[in-house]
Formats: sequence, C-alpha cells, structure tokens
Amino acid sequence: MGAVSLGLLWAVMTIGVFITYRVLNIADLTVEGSIAMGAAIAAKCIISGINPYLATCLALLGGMAAGLATGLLHTQLKIPALLSGILTMIALWSVNLRIMGTSNISLLRMGTVYQPLENLGLNKTYAIIVLGLLFVFALITILYWFFGTEIGSAIRATGNNPHMVRAQGINTNTTIILGLIISNGLVAMSGALIAQSQSYSDVQMGTGAIIIGLASVIIGEVLFGSRNFYTRMVSLMLGAVTYRIIIALVLKMGMPANDLKLFTALTVAFALSLPVFKSYLNPLRSLFKEVE
Amino acid sequence: MLLVNGIYKVFNAGTVNEKTALQDVSVELKEGDFVTLIGGNGAGKSTLLNCVAGVYGVDRGSILIDNNDVTRLPEHKRAAVLGRVFQDPMMGTAANMGIEENLALAYRRGQRRGLKWGISRKERELFRQQLKRLELGLEDRMTVKVGLLSGGQRQALTLLMATLKKPKVLLLDEHTAALDPKTANRVLEITEQLVKENNLTTLMVTHNMRDAIRHGNRLIMMHEGRIILDINGQEKKKLTVEDLLERFGRVSGEEFANDRALLS
Ligand SMILES: Nc1ncnc2c1ncn2[C@@H]1O[C@H](COP(=O)(O)OP(=O)(O)O)[C@@H](O)[C@H]1O
Ligand SMILES: [Mg+2]
Repeated sequence: MGAVSLGLLWAVMTIGVFITYRVLNIADLTVEGSIAMGAAIAAKCIISGINPYLATCLALLGGMAAGLATGLLHTQLKIPALLSGILTMIALWSVNLRIMGTSNISLLRMGTVYQPLENLGLNKTYAIIVLGLLFVFALITILYWFFGTEIGSAIRATGNNPHMVRAQGINTNTTIILGLIISNGLVAMSGALIAQSQSYSDVQMGTGAIIIGLASVIIGEVLFGSRNFYTRMVSLMLGAVTYRIIIALVLKMGMPANDLKLFTALTVAFALSLPVFKSYLNPLRSLFKEVE
Repeated sequence: MLLVNGIYKVFNAGTVNEKTALQDVSVELKEGDFVTLIGGNGAGKSTLLNCVAGVYGVDRGSILIDNNDVTRLPEHKRAAVLGRVFQDPMMGTAANMGIEENLALAYRRGQRRGLKWGISRKERELFRQQLKRLELGLEDRMTVKVGLLSGGQRQALTLLMATLKKPKVLLLDEHTAALDPKTANRVLEITEQLVKENNLTTLMVTHNMRDAIRHGNRLIMMHEGRIILDINGQEKKKLTVEDLLERFGRVSGEEFANDRALLS
C-alpha cells in the first residue's frame, strides 16, 4: 500500500515529465531541481505556519517559475533544451538551500494536506491514497480539457512539427515556454505532496527524479498504452504506481537500496533502446520469412 | 500583392562556406497572379520563398505584402497572410494529430488563440465539406492521425490547410516533387482548382518544365541567385520546353542543370 500511495504522488510528477518528454518532445532536466524546490517551498511554508494547501499552491508557482527560467534560456538565449534544463537544475540547488536555510527540514507533527482525512479516522497511507487519487483524476481532467483548447492544441502540435506550427501563425517560443511552465509546476507540486507524505524535505530528493519519471512514462505506455489523451494520462498514473510496486518487490527480494538507481537507469536504458533492438530483429525476421 | 524589392541573402557570411543565395532579386506579383518559378538545383528558389515567409531574414532589400512592409516581421506573424506548402510532405502537417485537428489549427491562422475548445461542431461540418471536394475519401476519416496518410494525401491536406483561411499569397515549394507522377498530377489539379476558386496570388516552385509552362499566367526562371527570365501573357502560352532550354542557355551561357527537370 505504501508503494501505491507513493506511486500516486509520483504520478503527478510523471504527468509533468510526459508533457515535456512526449508532448513537447524535449528532455527537460529542470525537473530534478523543481521537484526538490516544491518540497523545499512547501516544507518552509508549513513550518512557518502557512496553511498546507496554500503551501502546496506556492510550490506550484515556484515550479512554474523554474520552468519559465528554462524556457527563456532555451527560446530567447538559444541554449539547447537539454543544457537549459541542466543550468536551471544546478541553479535550483542553491535556490532550494536558500529557501530552506538548511539542507533538510522535518515536518513531523506538522499539519499536512493529508491531515483532514486522517482526522476522519483514516491512517496516513490511506489518506494519501484517497487524496492522491482525487488529486490525480482532477488534474487529468483539467489537463485533458486544456490540451483540447486552442492553446493546448498549439502546444501539442509544437512537439510534433514546429515548422508547421509557425506556418500556422503560432509563436513556437510561447508554446514551448508554456509547456515547460506547466510541466515544472506539476513536478514541484508533486515534490510538495511527497515531502508532506514522508514528513521531511531534503535538498537531495531530486537526484535521479528524471529517470524515475521516464521509467514511469515508459512503463505506463508499454503496459497500459492507449491512444486517447485522457486514457493516456491514466496509463501514466498506472505506470508510476507500477514502478513503485516493482521497486518495492525488488527490495523485498533482497536488492540493496543503494543499487536502486543503477537498476532504474538500466531499466530505462533498455526501454529507450527497444527501437534499436527491434530494428536489429526486423531484418532477421524478414530473413526467416524468405527462408520459409 | 507581393513586392520583393532588391533582396540579398548571404549564408554563413564571413566564413569559408559563404554562399550568396540571392542577389538583388526583385519581383512583383499582382493580385491573382499565378507565377511558376523554375531553376536549376541551388538557384535560390527555396531561399526566395523562405525569405518571403520570414524563415530567414534578408541582408538587404525589402518585402511588402499587400503594401505592408513585412521585412522585419518574424515568421509566425507573417504566417497570418501566407499559405505555404513544402516539398517534404512531412513538413506541412502534425503527424500525431488528427486530420480535423490539423485543419482546426490552420483555420485559426492569424487569429488569437485562447481557451476555447480547439474545434467546434460547425467547423467540423465545414472541414467535411472541404475534404469531400478533394475526392480522396478523407471526409470519412477526419479523426485519423495524419501520420497514417500517404504523401499525396498529406500534400492535398496541406494545400487545403494553406487555403482554408484565404491567404494573401500562396507559396508552394516543389510540393509535388516527392510524389509519384500520377499523385503529383492529382495534387496539381487540386492546386489549380483551389487557386482559381479563391483567386489566390500564387508563387509555385516546380522542378518540372512542362508543369511550369502548363500552369499559371507567368513563368520566372532563376539562376545563381538571380531572376534571369520573366515570361508572361501570350508569350508564355506559346512557350515550349525547347524554347525554355534554349533561352536559358542564351541568358546564362550554361546548360540547364537540373536532372529531374530534364528527365521529366
Ligand atoms: N540554411 C542554409 N545554410 C547555408 N546555405 C544554404 C541554406 N539554404 C540554402 N543554402 C544554399 O543557398 C543556395 C540556394 O539554395 P536553395 O534556395 O535551396 O536552392 P533551390 O533553388 O534548389 O531551392 C544553395 O547553394 C544552398 O546550398
Ligand atoms: Mg529548393
């Protein structure tokens, strides 16, 4: 159950990664910094006595600002997208330390967004699952609507074919920046929700986040893939949960926790290289057919 | 409608790869002109169209569309008054989006886009009517992803997208070059039909001399970044491929260097 609850919170992050990686066709590393930023902002706000819901919204805004920074570096200063993301990610390390004033903050015995549900008698894990499900489905619905609007369609088309989008009178700089803002806002929000679920925020928590996000996207697409935009996002959520269950299982089977990142990286490398393997296999297959 | 005024375009200026693609090119298209543009490989035809569309800025000279100076406007702003179809069938459409979604994007060319739903029921009906007239059966496959269409179908769709919102100038850059001869002819028929119906001011690059002669009311030939021939009216109607080759040789002092043009 712990894996499911954690998976639901990471699903928010996964949807953010999906927006840049699949919709905009950009590998955006800003997320490593923005997820920690969301956690940092939420934690700092909550220990300063700010309402946890408001704190989570402020985390969203912080992440959006990070996305804007990457977007400006990429579109205005013409720095390649990958490098722009890395620059923001590095800068956010210092920013996050400044926000928190220290490298980690404990949220034990502090109010969180899960508190009201816990007060109703749910234990924390179930409170996270209920709130997580509500939140993720609300989010998916809003995003489904947004990406169906005129602006949303323009963003989707940008990742597909920027030439065509410009020929239709759309400024692709604007659509790219918008996509990055939305993506990183969601990632930071996910960070805020995760920090509140585990009762601490740590400046390190973003390390490797992009790989976890990609792994979840790929698992979701491979196992639950579908064509419609709504069900596609639902499959992302399932992918994020499945990833957490897989991790919980391999840990149970005795894999040392320190090897987790290596394991995840190898899995993602394998999944990303599937097209290459397929193209190796295809000539073989046609060869067999000829022999037959 | 389109006035190109002494433009120059140099690529990689100041390096060993410096290449003057356009040299003092001037041309005026009156409203309703259908101009075919022909020339050897690397003559500067695509560069001229890209300069008009704002893909590249020019180094000297000016470009006016309907008496508005657009020389300094970015590509996406000029797009409001331009329709474009490219040589590569992949270039003009978004492959992962449906036919109707592509049309809806094109239908809003030059308009502010907001948070209204991307396509309305009324538009869907309009798109269906327009697709029907292409006679490719696309009207029954409006939600199919464009990536699944053939090159010819994609070019026909791109043409429709370019003309759905009447452009002031239609720019076609060898838009049939990647198609087999039969499909190319069908796409040219559709081009002719759309241009006539909407009385579009059109600049069409082609690699095929016969097509260049058969279509349009005026023919321009480019060579090494300059316009070297400009034939219109009765003279164009009587033109033959042999005439054209002979006149090209006389003006340029060279053989016409475009394999595809000679073979076709
Ligand atoms: N983006 C570019 N960068 C450098 N050189 C270019 C570029 N685009 C075109 N050129 C050069 O400009 C010349 C004209 O090219 P182009 O306009 O594509 O010719 P065509 O008449 O075949 O369409 C060619 O020599 C080409 O190599
Ligand atoms: Mg060309």
